[in-house]
Amino acid sequence: MKFAVIVFPGSNCDVDMYHAIKDALEEEVEYVWHDATNLDEYDGILLPGGFSYGDYLRTGAIARFSNVMTEVVKAAEAGKPILGVCNGFQILLEAGLLPGAMRRNEKLKFMCRTIKLRVENNISMFTSEYETGDIISIPIAHGEGNYYCDEETLASLQTNQQIAFTYFGDNPNGSLADIAGITNEKGNVLGMMPHPERAVEELLGSADGIKLFQSIVKQWRLSAYGVTS
Amino acid sequence: MALLLEPSPEQIKVEKVYREMGLNDEEFALVEGILGRLPNYTETGLLSVMWSEHCSYKNSKPVLKRFPTSGERVLQGPGEGAGIVDIGDNQAVVFKIESHNHPSAIEPYQGAATGVGGIIRDVFSMGARPIALLNSLRFGELTSPRVKYLFEEVVAGIAGYGNCVGIPTVGGEIQFEPSYEGNPLVNAMCVGLINHEDIKKGLAKGVGNTVMYVGAKTGRDGIHGATFASEELSEESEAKRPAVQVGDPFMEKLLLEACLELVKCDALVGIQDMGAAGLTSSSAEMASKAGSGIEMNLDLVPQRETGMTGYEMMLSESQERMLIVVEKGREEEIQVIVKKYGLEAVAIGKVTDDKQLRLIHKGEVIADVPVDALAEEAPVYHKPSAEPAYYGEFQAMDVKAPEVNDYNQTLLDLLSQPTIASKEWVYDQYDHMVRTNTVVSPGSDAAVVRIRGTEKALAMTTDCNSRYLYLDPEVGGKIAVSEAARNIVCSGGEPLAITDCLNFGNPEKPEIFWQIEKAADGISEACRTLKAPVIGGNVSLYNETNGVAIYPTPVIGMVGLIENVAHITTQDFKEAGDLIYVIGEAKHEFGGSELQKLVNGEIYGRAPELDLEIEAIRQQQLLSAIRAGVVASAHDIAEGGFAVALAESVMGANGLGASVQVQGEALVELFSETQSRFIVSVKPENKDQFKQFVEATCIGVVTEHTNLIINDSFGKKLVDLQVEELLSSWKGAIPCLLNSKA
Repeated sequence: MKFAVIVFPGSNCDVDMYHAIKDALEEEVEYVWHDATNLDEYDGILLPGGFSYGDYLRTGAIARFSNVMTEVVKAAEAGKPILGVCNGFQILLEAGLLPGAMRRNEKLKFMCRTIKLRVENNISMFTSEYETGDIISIPIAHGEGNYYCDEETLASLQTNQQIAFTYFGDNPNGSLADIAGITNEKGNVLGMMPHPERAVEELLGSADGIKLFQSIVKQWRLSAYGVTS
Repeated sequence: MALLLEPSPEQIKVEKVYREMGLNDEEFALVEGILGRLPNYTETGLLSVMWSEHCSYKNSKPVLKRFPTSGERVLQGPGEGAGIVDIGDNQAVVFKIESHNHPSAIEPYQGAATGVGGIIRDVFSMGARPIALLNSLRFGELTSPRVKYLFEEVVAGIAGYGNCVGIPTVGGEIQFEPSYEGNPLVNAMCVGLINHEDIKKGLAKGVGNTVMYVGAKTGRDGIHGATFASEELSEESEAKRPAVQVGDPFMEKLLLEACLELVKCDALVGIQDMGAAGLTSSSAEMASKAGSGIEMNLDLVPQRETGMTGYEMMLSESQERMLIVVEKGREEEIQVIVKKYGLEAVAIGKVTDDKQLRLIHKGEVIADVPVDALAEEAPVYHKPSAEPAYYGEFQAMDVKAPEVNDYNQTLLDLLSQPTIASKEWVYDQYDHMVRTNTVVSPGSDAAVVRIRGTEKALAMTTDCNSRYLYLDPEVGGKIAVSEAARNIVCSGGEPLAITDCLNFGNPEKPEIFWQIEKAADGISEACRTLKAPVIGGNVSLYNETNGVAIYPTPVIGMVGLIENVAHITTQDFKEAGDLIYVIGEAKHEFGGSELQKLVNGEIYGRAPELDLEIEAIRQQQLLSAIRAGVVASAHDIAEGGFAVALAESVMGANGLGASVQVQGEALVELFSETQSRFIVSVKPENKDQFKQFVEATCIGVVTEHTNLIINDSFGKKLVDLQVEELLSSWKGAIPCLLNSKA
């Protein structure tokens, strides 16, 4: 499986995402610059964290206008797996690929720590290797991760099982319904504030994130070849 | 804002205009002699900023010469953007610490942010990839609204900049003392990694080569910042707020990536950050180091504001700018690279052979000054030095042990002293994990960052207990280096080298200069014994508010090499049943201790003694044991003494406790700050092997019950506290102080 890590000016978790795929997952991966106009050769698209364009405006608000985002939308429509982490999630929201919006953390401060997440379901192509209800340790590092949507949207997220991860125990940023990550209705686009790419090696404290990437590869193989390995 | 009419050379002399820029009468006469004529307004500005203490080290040079700066591994000592140390496999580590104290006192968010930005540029201008940031901060007591404001904004500024650029802030330290009330210290350190062949220097070589400008446009911010940094703070300082620069971390990130691509291009001859004194220092220093001259047309300098004068452009300290020298005819290759990052590289001048810095603006030569006069020929002052009266009094004192009735309560009180208390509130705001190499996060003795693709890792720390330095600058200097080395060793590393940030008061006062000299002597001796040379650093003098100096604070930034990630050790106890050892014996030493301050409200007496030979032996023994894999945890005994160190090892351990017995006088055993001591835990099966490496006393065991129990030799309980109680005092202290309205 071949992944693209999209690099916007100001992305800074691109390297982390790249190495998670290359070293921990041992799959093919390339950096793709924000002005790319074709993503056909990639099977999965990864939008990393960081501060695209400095995020001096609303987070992700400028990045969504990058050339490559037109291609990301196409890839989403084609059913390819698309993962946006942190700033990547914010960009997916701005691009309308996921519903809702992001506000500043409730305590108005940037927070970096390892927190507990609950896997809400394992029916998505991003969570199939987990068990529903698994509690996993994944780092967060953000200043605007306070997810919000209207009641109607929340109801449909719940009904369609689009909430992939919730904060377990302490909700670090005040997000609605403890939401840490959501998918689109079709289930091929996941946005999440916590950083699974930072949790792929025990040496660095946790390897709980690796199953997320393994899920993507397994489900992709299943759909592409009808087999999982 | 622009001066419509600049004073004439004669006016400058007669009306002594140069004094406002920081030159004194003798220095102005010297300038006149060097030029053989009167300097004009722009030239006076160039010389005054380059001759400021901040740029020229004119007051500190004689002291800096005392430092040992060479060693087998040292590839680059002081004098460039940052020092470089070989770590094998064709790799090297690049690091430096720098102060941004004065700006942070006036405008804490931007002052701290741009301090971080500046030190990052010092590292990547050498061609190195920045891999970690640390910072060493000093504030007044966390009780006044002003100090709380400074503290919160400085932390936010560091976070705002470092997080956005994407370099993990992995460590540092913070001390709170009344002497920093009006003059906080913000010292930022950056560590980078480089392959030997990529090392670049700030050299303007090759006559005819092109001088190019890369990065943010030049505005009127920070004009005369370096001069401002070389004065005492006073009530008028508030008026110098415009001398504080504004940071743009996004621009820094683009500049960083562009420069790291540039250094791989052989059209690049030299590169230097436009730091303090901006365009002036970068151009003059690059030319002076290369024995060449530079001519620049200031009309070509990218400008953010209209109507800027040459004086303003040359003295601006706008951030995120680099000056580069490029092989003539290959400018386009450079432009293609930087354009990818949305930046421009603009040719603004050329390298000449006449050793002059010549500036042209609107068709006229507005300055023509020898580059060596700017960069090298600032006068050097050997300031008078005098032992302050307090020192003799302190030395003669027979310090009594502070009175303590309840050891439990005293331990809890010590843990909630902000200097000792958990700094989680701070580092929670720093992205300390980005780039996914941080193995040991903030909160342990030293931070550890692994080197991807190798088995190696780097340990890094900043240290300086300025109380000891105040009581005795020489011993305090030794302790600062030794403690840094202890932290490195405890994490499994071997000290490589140090960078220092010498924060002191006004050197024109003999008592202050005495502190500087003595501290430098202590630091030098410790560096020699512990084999950690000084590879660079920064001097920040005039840290006084309304005539009162800070405690002498030479912050030591140290980097150590961990040969194998398997050696990485932390301070937390690991497993119930592990044996607890203590290395070193406590003596009756309370001068400058946390307990003394807590109980008596002030510090006095003698600093703890330090025998560098013993220090070195113990560090070597412990490191050998760690490398042999027989140490489960290691922690040095520092502020607050044994009881605090033991509590720290317990608090980090998940759901464990400890039960130990101490032999001597309770108060001394628990709270004395005798140096060169460690608390180590060892698995029972490794006991015999451990004893072969290390001289240590077994004092107890890690327990399953989550209590910290310390008994005396008769079995009487001195301390019995639940770990939860310890944690609540230790973690709650800083948030509680910030939330209180007092």
